[in-house]
Amino acid sequence: MITTLIYSVTGIALFCMGFTALILCSHLLRKILAINFMASGVFLLLITTAYSPDPALLDPVPQAMVLTGIVVSVSTTALALVLACRVQETTGSAVFKRLLPFRKNKGQKD
Amino acid sequence: MAPILIPLGGGLLSFIFYRKGFSISLLASIVGISLRTDGPSLLMLLMTGVTSITITLYAAGYFSFRIASPSKPGRHERQLQFFWPLWMILLGSLNGLFLAGDIFNIYVTLELIGLSAVALSALSAKPSSQIAAFRYLLVSLLGSLSYLLGIAFLYKTYALLDLDMLRLVPPMKGAHTAFALMSVGLMLKTALFPMHFWLPPAHANALAPVSAILSALVVKASFYLLFRFWFDIFNDLVTPGALFVIGLLGTGAVFWGSIQALRQHRMKLLIAYSTVAQLGYLFIAFPLTQIQEKLYWLPVICMAMGHGFAKTAMFMASGAIFLHVKHDRINELTGVRAYLPVTVFAYTIAGVNLMGLPPSGGFIAKWMLIYAAFEMHKWWWGIVIMLGSLLAAAYVYRVVSKLYVMPPDTIIIEKKAHSMLLEWPPLFLAILSLILGILAPYMVSILLLSKKLVSIGGIM
Repeated sequence: MITTLIYSVTGIALFCMGFTALILCSHLLRKILAINFMASGVFLLLITTAYSPDPALLDPVPQAMVLTGIVVSVSTTALALVLACRVQETTGSAVFKRLLPFRKNKGQKD
Repeated sequence: MAPILIPLGGGLLSFIFYRKGFSISLLASIVGISLRTDGPSLLMLLMTGVTSITITLYAAGYFSFRIASPSKPGRHERQLQFFWPLWMILLGSLNGLFLAGDIFNIYVTLELIGLSAVALSALSAKPSSQIAAFRYLLVSLLGSLSYLLGIAFLYKTYALLDLDMLRLVPPMKGAHTAFALMSVGLMLKTALFPMHFWLPPAHANALAPVSAILSALVVKASFYLLFRFWFDIFNDLVTPGALFVIGLLGTGAVFWGSIQALRQHRMKLLIAYSTVAQLGYLFIAFPLTQIQEKLYWLPVICMAMGHGFAKTAMFMASGAIFLHVKHDRINELTGVRAYLPVTVFAYTIAGVNLMGLPPSGGFIAKWMLIYAAFEMHKWWWGIVIMLGSLLAAAYVYRVVSKLYVMPPDTIIIEKKAHSMLLEWPPLFLAILSLILGILAPYMVSILLLSKKLVSIGGIM
């Protein structure tokens, strides 16, 4: 019981830490890392629901969910990294605060 | 060819199911991937099918025009190359979402929709669109992670994922947290005020067919889930206070979105902000929904369908205007009707739906909502809806007046040769949104089918 509680609380703590970092950090890479933190927290919480003291009664459903979730998380991270690289290439900066002048466009160019 | 055939086939299949009241249930499985449909999801599928065929046709015309007169050699070929597969993935996952029978599959389809939508919105090579796409990705991920956390809580409480079984369970302690987390995640994805900040830049900076897809279909998917969760599945957990707060946020969206739309200088940004405003009505419907009535889905479905058709038409029209004039600054759009009459007409008719004049789908939806508001002695929502329509009229006329007025010194540029595909799809959708009110009886008969659930089950 106490083991699962530790895992669950850690999971939620990770989620909250990730959320804080997502809002506070300005660098794109840090934002991607923060999202990954949050995902790990959710997976940790989800996998503890599979726990049972009797090894024969382990619930396979959350494991399947976490596996699917990890696959999704890998692909989203890949997309986010590619996008961050493109932003860096086109604007020369990967810090959100410095991207402000690029956000507006005058509606002339393509 | 395939992009046209797939939605067509999907629409046909859903209608075969609808006619026969088909029911396949391979395994009454607790663990499995099951597909279900009922009245509301059939209508959403129908909307997706119709909109996607016209968007597909328009996109074909759009890209062939751009390739014929490129702004940079090779750029549009590359865009085209990525557009089709991404659009097909998005369409497939949208259909999957409307058919999904358990909350985890919904999560997977939501992620697929989010990823392909972000990739589509980044297709335009402008720096502003890349930044907007990145923000869109972060917001979309945040929303789906919140939703997934909700699933974790829900599974901890009930050890169930199937929607039909979750409908029957009694409310328990952890369920409220789960419900709140899932709702917040979905609201973020639906761009409910004040969580709408990501929508206008992402929608306005994308290519025209992509803006149409994002505005008409993608936000509707998460809204459909939200409404289903609140009234179909977890209705026991809903409190009047929560409904009031949602209605209040919807009111905020209607006013803020409309006022921002009035302040924009670019046509596409104006249309994008009007999406924020129109989504607000969908949320004002929350406190006005009475689930003891059989047709409580009708106003929101009417609103969603009407807005989907009209907004697609508007973005398509603005895209066609942009291709000719090379900019979309509203104040310099005078005299466009001289060389793009069909497009301008389509834009105007779509505007009629946003204002909610009869017999458009928007009119039926607003009428029913106002009626419910006075019947339930919550007249203030009715007033909000009316004021919102007035503001909608203001921002629609702001563009329309420029398009039609021809001052004597207007420079009329020669109409460039383009395919019919740039002109007629928007007009078709605009007219569809206009006569949606007349088609409402058919929608009612589809909605009442909800008893005959179609379901296909399989093992995960």
